[in-house]
Amino acid sequence: MTEFLLILISTVLVNNFVLVQFLGLCPFMGVSNKLETAMGMSLATTFVLTLSSVCSYLVYTYLLLPFDLIYLQTVSFILVIAVVVQFTEMVVHKTSPLLYKLLGIFLPLITTNCAVLGVALLNIRKQNDFIESIGYGFGAAVGFSLALILFSALRERIAVAEVPVAFKGPAIGMITAGLMSLAFMGFAGLVQF
Amino acid sequence: MSLIRMSSPHVTRSNTSSGVMQLVILAMIPGILALTLFFGWGTLIQVAICLASGLAFEALALKMRGLPISRYLGDYSATVTALLLAVSIPPSAPLWIGIVGMFVAILFAKQVYGGIGNNPFNPAMVAYALLLVSFPVQMTSWNLPYVLSGSEGWSIPAISESLSLIFAGSSQMMDAYTGATPLDILRNRDGFTTEEMWRSNQTLIEGAAAYHALSAAWFMGGIYLIYKKVFTWHTPVSILVTLGFVSAIAYGVDPSNFVDPFNHLTLGATMLAAFFIATDPVSSATSNRGRIVFGMGIGLLIFIIRTWGNYPDAVAFSVLLMNLAAPMIDHYTQPRSYGHKRARLGPKGE
Repeated sequence: MTEFLLILISTVLVNNFVLVQFLGLCPFMGVSNKLETAMGMSLATTFVLTLSSVCSYLVYTYLLLPFDLIYLQTVSFILVIAVVVQFTEMVVHKTSPLLYKLLGIFLPLITTNCAVLGVALLNIRKQNDFIESIGYGFGAAVGFSLALILFSALRERIAVAEVPVAFKGPAIGMITAGLMSLAFMGFAGLVQF
Repeated sequence: MSLIRMSSPHVTRSNTSSGVMQLVILAMIPGILALTLFFGWGTLIQVAICLASGLAFEALALKMRGLPISRYLGDYSATVTALLLAVSIPPSAPLWIGIVGMFVAILFAKQVYGGIGNNPFNPAMVAYALLLVSFPVQMTSWNLPYVLSGSEGWSIPAISESLSLIFAGSSQMMDAYTGATPLDILRNRDGFTTEEMWRSNQTLIEGAAAYHALSAAWFMGGIYLIYKKVFTWHTPVSILVTLGFVSAIAYGVDPSNFVDPFNHLTLGATMLAAFFIATDPVSSATSNRGRIVFGMGIGLLIFIIRTWGNYPDAVAFSVLLMNLAAPMIDHYTQPRSYGHKRARLGPKGE
């Protein structure tokens, strides 16, 4: 249990996937203009990340390892992620058409979210077991959601600030993301993991 | 004949941002004096460096943005930022520390966002955090408080000595003068308990009183600002109560591994942060309820980062992290408008 908690703290705060490891920056910059969409995106990504983390672990342990196919690792993980995203898209389409409309293009784009593939690959490198890979995927997703939601609330405020023309839009977003990353460095050392 | 028609209110407060900033500067004087008394002339020199470079960068940014320079320099916001950074960096830090800090604070944390009233992060703390991450050696070398380290009472080195340390300071000279701060000593104990550290470490035995006095000076200034209604009590009180409460629990459970609540509040920059940094009206939460949540977050983060993190005085990062969360806090703590009851039915029952 402590192990699980440490994994969560490590992935959510100390080694936050977006702000410390700089993975998944495209949705972080792309979907953060509005708080509502950011929340929807966070939910979808959390679902996909946790599921794909576990699925890729299972595929690795029960398919790739026994048949000695480790060199297919990246390709098979991409396939697994694509399948999970398709599945999520179908679920969201049926359960919440509004969210489906709001997320629009970004839902299929989770496939290309490098944080998703990053989690799958890091799981293998860190030799996480089944439970750990659930925690790792979920923690990574919560960290991603935390960063995305805080960032989008911040951007809504910056949108009404008197930002000089040269810095309007993505430029000020990048600077803000940098300062956020600086703030998250304060968590360094909380967990040695 | 033209009549001037005015609507109410007819009685207004002369509450300009310039006036507020002047009060803050006034309230910082005891703290700056205490710093000078205990840590030497370095503090005043840092104040001069930060003020000069800060105002220069502000003027430069205003000129580039095509805004009236004298009017915006006259709101004293850059002055307050410069003072806050000057009292945060070690008094014997080299010249360029202050200049780099003010460059980041004014240009990156403030003017890029549109100047006064628009910055989402506290400029001085952005600068401090950046300096701490980039130049850890220079930023963590504080000297022993002079007032108690000299054998024959109060004697601080001559101003020329401080000047040469800052403007031409070699690292050898730095090492002779400086050491770890009390919180740093209590964080990195090499396996000793806190009680053992309190008995054996020179800095803690001789220096703690000076840090306590310094905190008292900041506290006085802060109380004056609350009395003058520059800010409400919500943020400072919730920071101090939360930090005191959490550290009291930890200290009660395991006194040999945790710092006691009194020293948590007085041995570092807690008082400075609670009254002068976290109360920045722009980068903190807006409503009173929001400010309490904001302050609780800062108190909790200070305790967590001080106890388990890499940075023994966690104030800058805690403030930045809560600045980051402030828009979100505002989103969930919107006060209801006057005359309206709390919505019981949710969004549908309008």
